[in-house]
Amino acid sequence: MKRLGPFVLEPRLAPSRAAVLGVSLGAVILALLLASVVFYGYGRNPWQAYVQIGRGVFGSWPSFSEVLRRAIPLILCGVGLTLAFKAQFWNIGAEGQLLAGAVAATGVALFLPVPEVWRLPLMFLSGFLAGGIWAVLPALLRVKFAVNDVISTLMLNYIMIYIVEWLVHGPWKGPTMRGFAYTDAFPMSARLSYLPQTRVHWLTLALGIGAALVAAVLLARTRFGYEVRVVGQSTEAARYAGINFTAVFALVMLLSGGLAGLAGVGEVAGIHWRLRSPAHISMGYGYTAIIVAWLARGSPLAAIFTALLFGLIFAAGDYMKTALNLPFQITGVFNGLILFCLISFDILMFWRVRLSKREKAWIGQAGSSAR
Amino acid sequence: MDWTSWVISTVSRALAFGVPLLWGTLGEIYAERAGVVNLGVEGMMILGAFMAFAVTQSVGSPGLGLFCAAMVGGVAALVHAFLTVTLRANQYVAGLALSMFGLGLAGLLGRGWEGKPLSSTLPYLTVPGLSRIPVLGPMLFQDQTVLTYIGLVLAVLLWILLFRTRWGVAIRSVGENPATADALGINVTLVRYLCVVFGGLLAGVGGGYLSVAYRPAWTEGMTAGMGWIVIALTIFAAWDPLQAIWGAFFFGALYHLSYRLQAFLAPELLKLMPYFFAVVVLAASGFGRARWRRRAPAALGVPYVRGER
Repeated sequence: MKRLGPFVLEPRLAPSRAAVLGVSLGAVILALLLASVVFYGYGRNPWQAYVQIGRGVFGSWPSFSEVLRRAIPLILCGVGLTLAFKAQFWNIGAEGQLLAGAVAATGVALFLPVPEVWRLPLMFLSGFLAGGIWAVLPALLRVKFAVNDVISTLMLNYIMIYIVEWLVHGPWKGPTMRGFAYTDAFPMSARLSYLPQTRVHWLTLALGIGAALVAAVLLARTRFGYEVRVVGQSTEAARYAGINFTAVFALVMLLSGGLAGLAGVGEVAGIHWRLRSPAHISMGYGYTAIIVAWLARGSPLAAIFTALLFGLIFAAGDYMKTALNLPFQITGVFNGLILFCLISFDILMFWRVRLSKREKAWIGQAGSSAR
Repeated sequence: MDWTSWVISTVSRALAFGVPLLWGTLGEIYAERAGVVNLGVEGMMILGAFMAFAVTQSVGSPGLGLFCAAMVGGVAALVHAFLTVTLRANQYVAGLALSMFGLGLAGLLGRGWEGKPLSSTLPYLTVPGLSRIPVLGPMLFQDQTVLTYIGLVLAVLLWILLFRTRWGVAIRSVGENPATADALGINVTLVRYLCVVFGGLLAGVGGGYLSVAYRPAWTEGMTAGMGWIVIALTIFAAWDPLQAIWGAFFFGALYHLSYRLQAFLAPELLKLMPYFFAVVVLAASGFGRARWRRRAPAALGVPYVRGER
């Protein structure tokens, strides 16, 4: 117990729901305050800038729908990452897994001779598998070869980025695209339809929300979910319980990477209709999803809402670029600041603040409150 | 081209390209030996690269540029130390946040500086006398900057400090068993702060080298994942400053060859080589008998709270 003026700080073992929500909200607000400095640096009044961005983003349904559009890959990747993080598997590779899904979907869209009705379902299936396999690799490397998961997933991001670069500059470069590093455009049967007046490819959005529901049930109600949680909390306990580490890590990463792969399918089939440079396809969704999952505190359902928050930041970034003439890199600074504030506030959740009168400590009295 | 001159120039360039990796790895080894993983190396390096370029371009002194790069790396690492040591935040997530923030901030600040060639760069040296030794001379003593030699000397000094002095014992015991170190009167918090900030200084210089010496210009994202390779090298070197030299040289060679071999293979496929080999090398050294050598400091990643076990 610590005393700060009239307040008493007491430790608590499990933070309450209200504490988690309050602390997370406080962290996000502090991050936005800190980000005000950036607006000052560009000679703008931060308050006016925030108001203007708010009006711009929430002003109309088409502009607000961009928040949803940006949230789609974040929901899918974020839900996947909550699963991996539950098992204490540090999947930093959603970016590469997303791109793997995009590559597989492009392959099916452009080169696989299948009936037109089967094309989209096969794209999603192959995207899931490609992302999943790209994620199972680090799981096996960790279990069999003791390779640190942070490193392997990160390295696989870079490897996949260069594979995509190679494909769009080399073998898959579209003959009709002349100078550009694009593949040919997808046929109509390989394109996703939008909600009216928007670029929200609703099928991928539905998949994301469905995935969050399934993941929540999986974690809370099944044997597999139990094993994931045990592995995540204590490897010793998991070993005593006879849990097969290889199977749990492989399966959890297959799902985690598979969902990121679906996000990649959504981006190429819903937005770009072709494979192109990785920086255009992803814009760091895979990395932002780490914050989405962290802010969701391991709950797949909460990841839907945290993904919407970061969808908002991306949409605000678009708006700042076009309307306020500020560089898009601002979103990276925002994301980093939010993550900084979140983790530095974490410790607060484990303390309860209470107002109490200072008592006189008598000599010989046990456990005096004023230390 | 005959093969001797080919080998000579490859070794020489590998050494030059290994410099940022060596500096970064030496710093990360110290942070991790004290029990703190800093995944923010990529962010610290890119901030260092930008700072070195901006200062050198404005003032005209690469030395001052590198000094400021070290400072900005140190300040970034200080943030990491505060988050992980004082606030006991998750070290992985704190480091990732630092990398994201650093990449974003350097990209934001560097927009006006893009594509301008640097007016005064860090000079390439020819060591008098030694450079005339056949084969070895052109390999090691020509066309290197002073940072190559400082880096090599630093590796030796840091090895001595870590394994042959009382300070080294203090650092290693803080990383292995902070409770015992604390009981022996070592200030765990201070040692961790110092080691993490020291790591940041070196990472900043490593990044600065890229923008004032190796490719004297500023491009967004110019560290291109080197900071992550540094994390892999730290493990590969088994947290040993001397072994970091070989690792940095090997990966320097891979980076160099990814430019050199473009006549034979698509450049995109060559560029993925260092990342591919990072995984392969870690997997190979984690296989069978080599595994025992690679034991991480026991308290790595664990925040220390007095009175808790």
